[in-house]
Amino acid sequence: MSGRPLAILGARLLDPASGLDVRGGLLVVDGRIADLGPHLGRDGLPEGAEVLEAAGLCLAPGLVDLRVMVGEPGAEHKERMDSAVAAAAAGGVTAFAMRPDTDPALDDPAMLEFVARRARKLRSVKVHPWAALTRGCRGERLAEMGLLREAGAVGFTDGARAVADARLMYRALAYATALDAPVVQHPEEPRLAEGGVMNEGWTALRLGLPGIPACAEVVMIERDLRLAEATGGRIHFAGISTAESVAVIRRAKARGVRVTCDVTPHHLLLTEREVEGYRTYAKVSPPLRGEADREALVAGLADGTVDAVTSDHTPQDQDSKRLPFEQAAFGVVGVETLLAAGLELVHAGRIGLLRLLEAVSTMPARLLGVEGGRLARGAPADLVLFDPEVRWTVTEAGLHSLAKNTPFEGRTFRGRVVRTLVDGRTVFRLATTAEDAATGAAL
Amino acid sequence: MSDGAARPFPHRHLLGIEPLSREDILFLLDLADGYVELNRRPEKKLGLLRGLTQINLFFESSTRTRTSFELAGKRLGADVVNMSVSTSAIKKGETLLDTAMTLNAMHPDVLVVRHADSGAVALLARHVACAVINGGDGRHEHPTQALLDALTIRRRKGRIEGLIVAICGDIVHSRVARSNILLLTRLGARVRLVGPPTLVPPALAAYGVEVHHDMRRGLRDADIVMMLRLQTERMRGSFVPSTREYFRRYGLTWEKLEVARPDVLVMHPGPMNRGVEIDGVVADDIHRSAILDQVEMGVAVRMACLDALTRRLREAA
Repeated sequence: MSGRPLAILGARLLDPASGLDVRGGLLVVDGRIADLGPHLGRDGLPEGAEVLEAAGLCLAPGLVDLRVMVGEPGAEHKERMDSAVAAAAAGGVTAFAMRPDTDPALDDPAMLEFVARRARKLRSVKVHPWAALTRGCRGERLAEMGLLREAGAVGFTDGARAVADARLMYRALAYATALDAPVVQHPEEPRLAEGGVMNEGWTALRLGLPGIPACAEVVMIERDLRLAEATGGRIHFAGISTAESVAVIRRAKARGVRVTCDVTPHHLLLTEREVEGYRTYAKVSPPLRGEADREALVAGLADGTVDAVTSDHTPQDQDSKRLPFEQAAFGVVGVETLLAAGLELVHAGRIGLLRLLEAVSTMPARLLGVEGGRLARGAPADLVLFDPEVRWTVTEAGLHSLAKNTPFEGRTFRGRVVRTLVDGRTVFRLATTAEDAATGAAL
Repeated sequence: MSDGAARPFPHRHLLGIEPLSREDILFLLDLADGYVELNRRPEKKLGLLRGLTQINLFFESSTRTRTSFELAGKRLGADVVNMSVSTSAIKKGETLLDTAMTLNAMHPDVLVVRHADSGAVALLARHVACAVINGGDGRHEHPTQALLDALTIRRRKGRIEGLIVAICGDIVHSRVARSNILLLTRLGARVRLVGPPTLVPPALAAYGVEVHHDMRRGLRDADIVMMLRLQTERMRGSFVPSTREYFRRYGLTWEKLEVARPDVLVMHPGPMNRGVEIDGVVADDIHRSAILDQVEMGVAVRMACLDALTRRLREAA
């Protein structure tokens, strides 16, 4: 954490929390932001400071990803802590919350401490554990929420499994009010969704695939909003996918319900048409929906109804995906493409750059109740430096993740992470970039 | 053998009706017409496919389709091998590509594949070097069934264009329905889908067809009535309250048929459930029922498909 001070100069400084968007410098001392602003140049830097010329690059708070599936424990062949962390760093993510629906589930304080230690040893991206809401994520009995909170849980969820039991959810929301932690729901009524593998509708009918109706999502959201209202609990909906969900949450926020939600980049950029040809890399939960839904999600992100953009990184190996569509596993990897995918909407003029950065850093940090997500004096130097213009193409070989199940394979994005810093330490650095040219010239 | 003999068939596989043009469909039907005549002669065997190997790979049990493909291959002189892969014995799907690769190493020339999952046959086709015929994949497509139905209609009615065809019953779970809708609309028939809303969702209208939930309206002035069985093996939970109620509302009886054209033709891809979707006396009426014609046309159509898909191979030899 200590070591030489670091000055990043000539960058476009972006801080969503304060609305700062200005060309200037940022000084890191002892892993924290000591100073920043247009006044900061080569003159007056501390003795021996390392200087990074960053002209043409954007400097923003490191991304905070609300939901990453690490294969540990139980699926180490799909992703390990080290590969997940490397993938996150390459995506400009300086902290993520890991899903608890592992095998076994993170439903015990000792398990939480175990994964936290594994992550700390890597001295890289910060890993915050979600705890299981119910024992074994089975949806039957509450996990030891209080003890788990003390052990560092940022909140409670059964991951990709919806909590179907209304009474259990009612109690969980009530109990969590004493712990000041959110309860996260995968909003999908399991009986309505049962057997479904894609969005219900014309495409599913034509392909002969069982569908998951859009109402399976909004039914669950409406129920849980009532439960949150009745208990005063904090509910967070993970990865919403339909226009109706956005409308219902917008209304609930207006009447003061403590509700937040997130959306994934694939739901913001892709629709059910990706499933054509039975492409299992487009099999996700909730399913990709129609164009009107996608439009509504983008609008919800723009107006703040959707609080955060989350990768919902779900690694799957080839054997889980090279199957007939109905048998293939759900999920896509995405922690490495989170920022680039979000920038698509910025380049298309759909949302502002600060709004995007808020949704991938400031808001998720606030939701998790962790430091970070800010470019301010005293904040940890968790930073991402990115080139907003450079074009690059996603390839399987280029991914750091052990699993390669990206829906964006072959897609050319505009905007790429150049360097990622956690507590002022570089945890990722892209080779052969504009930054190299710039620093090379400066040296 | 047929009018279209000079025209090459532009597809490597027959995975569905969807990729076929109107011309492709007519080519196969013309070719099949010739084979109908051949099949009625005492000497039915041709040496067209001599030396070629056809494997019938059935991941789902089947008697009539498999037998039909087997006869078709044998009558054309191919060496035919049947392989039934019990889905309970091998955990299904996991070995699909392994099976494909294994069979591919035996150098077959044609694979006829049936599988319980939509899209599974196309997935397998991407990993083998030979021609693949879809013998039915999940609820997706069953192209040879649609071709044999079209041949049956054309031979009995003299045309397909302009006919009113009512497809009745469990559309949502039926690959036969999907292939028939695609083929019949492509050849200019007016297609109606008839059944309860749980089995015939209104979204199906996007095919360019009419959707009816009332048999009397759906059958009015119909030239063809195609009955489908309830695919209970593909259903999760209840879609209709009981077979008794289903027969009352959607089973085909003389009474319901009265609103159709007097020369209406009744079809069923089999196997039939008498007293569920069709009254036995309707099925057995030789003037109106084309059910046994369909079986006969099945062999001819499959011969035409085998012929068309192996042409380039035979010319190269």
